[in-house]
Amino acid sequence: MTQRKIRVLVAKPGLDGHDRGAKTVASALRDHGMEVIYTGLHQTPEAIAEIAAQEDVDVVGLSILSGAHMALFPRVRVELEKRGMGHVLLTGGGIIPQDDMAALETQGYTKLFGPGTPTEAIAKWITVAMAERLKNEGAQ
Amino acid sequence: MTVDRSRTEVRAVDAHALWQAEFDQAKKRGVEFTSLSGAPLQPLYGPADVPLGYESELGYPGSFPYTRGVHPTMYRSRLWTMRQFAGFGSAKQTNERFKFLLAHGQTGLSTAFDFPTLMGYDSDHAHSLGEVGQVGVAISSLADMEVLMGGIPMAEVSTSMTINGPAPILLAFYIACGERQGVDPKLLRGTVQNDILKEYQAQHAWLVPAEPALRMITDVMGYCARRVPQWNTISISGYHIREAGSTAAQELAFTLANGMEYVRRGKAAGLDVDEFAPRLSFFFDSHLDFFEEIAKFRAARRIWARKLRDTFGAKDPRSWMVRFHTQTAGVSLTAQQPENNIVRTAFEALAAVLGGTQSLHTNSMDETLSLPTEKAVKIALRTQQIIAEETEVAHVIDPLGGSYYVEALTNRLEAEAERYFAEIERRGGVVPATEQGYVQKEIHRSAIAYQAAVERGSKRVVGVNCYTEDEQGPTIELHKIDPAVEREQHERLSALRKRRDASKARRALDEIHDACKSRDNLLERFVAAAHADCTLGEIADVLRAEFGHYREPKIL
Repeated sequence: MTQRKIRVLVAKPGLDGHDRGAKTVASALRDHGMEVIYTGLHQTPEAIAEIAAQEDVDVVGLSILSGAHMALFPRVRVELEKRGMGHVLLTGGGIIPQDDMAALETQGYTKLFGPGTPTEAIAKWITVAMAERLKNEGAQ
Repeated sequence: MTVDRSRTEVRAVDAHALWQAEFDQAKKRGVEFTSLSGAPLQPLYGPADVPLGYESELGYPGSFPYTRGVHPTMYRSRLWTMRQFAGFGSAKQTNERFKFLLAHGQTGLSTAFDFPTLMGYDSDHAHSLGEVGQVGVAISSLADMEVLMGGIPMAEVSTSMTINGPAPILLAFYIACGERQGVDPKLLRGTVQNDILKEYQAQHAWLVPAEPALRMITDVMGYCARRVPQWNTISISGYHIREAGSTAAQELAFTLANGMEYVRRGKAAGLDVDEFAPRLSFFFDSHLDFFEEIAKFRAARRIWARKLRDTFGAKDPRSWMVRFHTQTAGVSLTAQQPENNIVRTAFEALAAVLGGTQSLHTNSMDETLSLPTEKAVKIALRTQQIIAEETEVAHVIDPLGGSYYVEALTNRLEAEAERYFAEIERRGGVVPATEQGYVQKEIHRSAIAYQAAVERGSKRVVGVNCYTEDEQGPTIELHKIDPAVEREQHERLSALRKRRDASKARRALDEIHDACKSRDNLLERFVAAAHADCTLGEIADVLRAEFGHYREPKIL
């Protein structure tokens, strides 16, 4: 039986134009055998959730370097829930101060990655988290 | 005589072969000996690597082809302008930071705008939620600009504004603001970035598609040539291309290719090349590969001089000169052990100075974590002052000129840039090459190659993949943006819309609409609209409705 590939949406919420990180991570996750959809720049939370639902992704990774994460990350989660996508694994990265990371952790973003993170570490974290989910679903 | 010389040559060849043999046998460190851009490097450079025609390749400072510098005296007459990029929160807060920097010896202003401003949205637009004042100052109207420049003598200070898509609108606010301070536009000095091509390629803050955007740029060139003659109408920028991941050669090539496109557009709009080319300026990154960066600055001067004189027929030597601003490489900074960034920045700043920059921004140590604190900014500024005052490097012009290594690098970068120019030409020019995503793909390819090199350890980053430490959160104090700024901006805008003469504002916007359809100069209309208290978003909405939105090509 061939295993379904992990489907990841890499998204750029807000007006931030910095996409080097998002595109580097997207390419690396593809190299790790995941199906990766990249939204392109300047997406609203609604548009991100819409693409996530249409593409039936397992993971949504947000990249933001503009400081607007506290306004936008929670909204992406709300929009995902509205579309029955509350189950997706949420993550992200960028320039996010530690205090904000801690606050976002309570809102479903259990792991956020800062500057200097190897793409290897991100791929590994997603793989492990998805394997655990699969195991839990199997146990139910 | 002849015999003696040939003997010397034989001995020199023997000496070289001897060294080569010793070198080949010796044990080497287990790293890749490549430049930061991944280019292979010889262990030694000598006369054979640089078949140098001194007059044609180097010449003298202040004369063609300007490899050694654009001024005959360089820093013996005047040091570079120390210009720290600043902007955050409200116009009032940034005004205070400007005054702080001027009080500590900074000699020019440089404005960072927030993302809503960069994208042409007012602070109270739905898309602006959470972004107001975050990465720069929020400027939605002439009233905001008046607060930003309050108490700063606009006839005396030179101001750089880093904005592109809506650049003509912000420039209109600045001109109108000067007029309200009683300053003749002829006295205004400064730069507006206004380089839309690199926005599509790398920085990604745009307003409308390429053709109307380029038309607005030629409108700015035409208007300023007549009315604001000391203003630099475009800062053709490699910085963002490099920060997005390009190599040094790509930064050089794409920046100059964009520059040549602006020259073609200006000429096609009926302007004389010598009327606008002297007001074009450049903006480069200074990264960690010290010699490669110095060579890049030197190559930029030589290439541009040759293109402008020989390809575009410019007669005025001022049209041939690359005058440039430099910023140290933001991407070279690490969130880990952030104080080390002071050292990285110092090396990069020194490369910019040895490369002959006209102005310089040094990054602050905390910029991978947040906008900089006053303390971090002051250390960054002091870094420049130490180079200028204590190291004595500014006394000698182009001190690395004649170094076999630096000259070989300069030649290599020029040749690599020429290969890119040919490829761009083959794709129909820089606009089609960008619309097809070619430039973006090249930059992306370099970005992932670098990331892979760091992850396999062949490129070393202290604190990231070597000499790492366990760190519990940031060890330095961070700058925070007050969320009240967004609310206050909403209040200011709603008060402005109530207070202004609504019919006058409406008429000014209608005139912009009409000018979009005709060939009338748009900047002239923007200045009138600024005086009528039209907002940035209102003006940009007219342009978006008339010209449409830009859609980025899919490259991934």
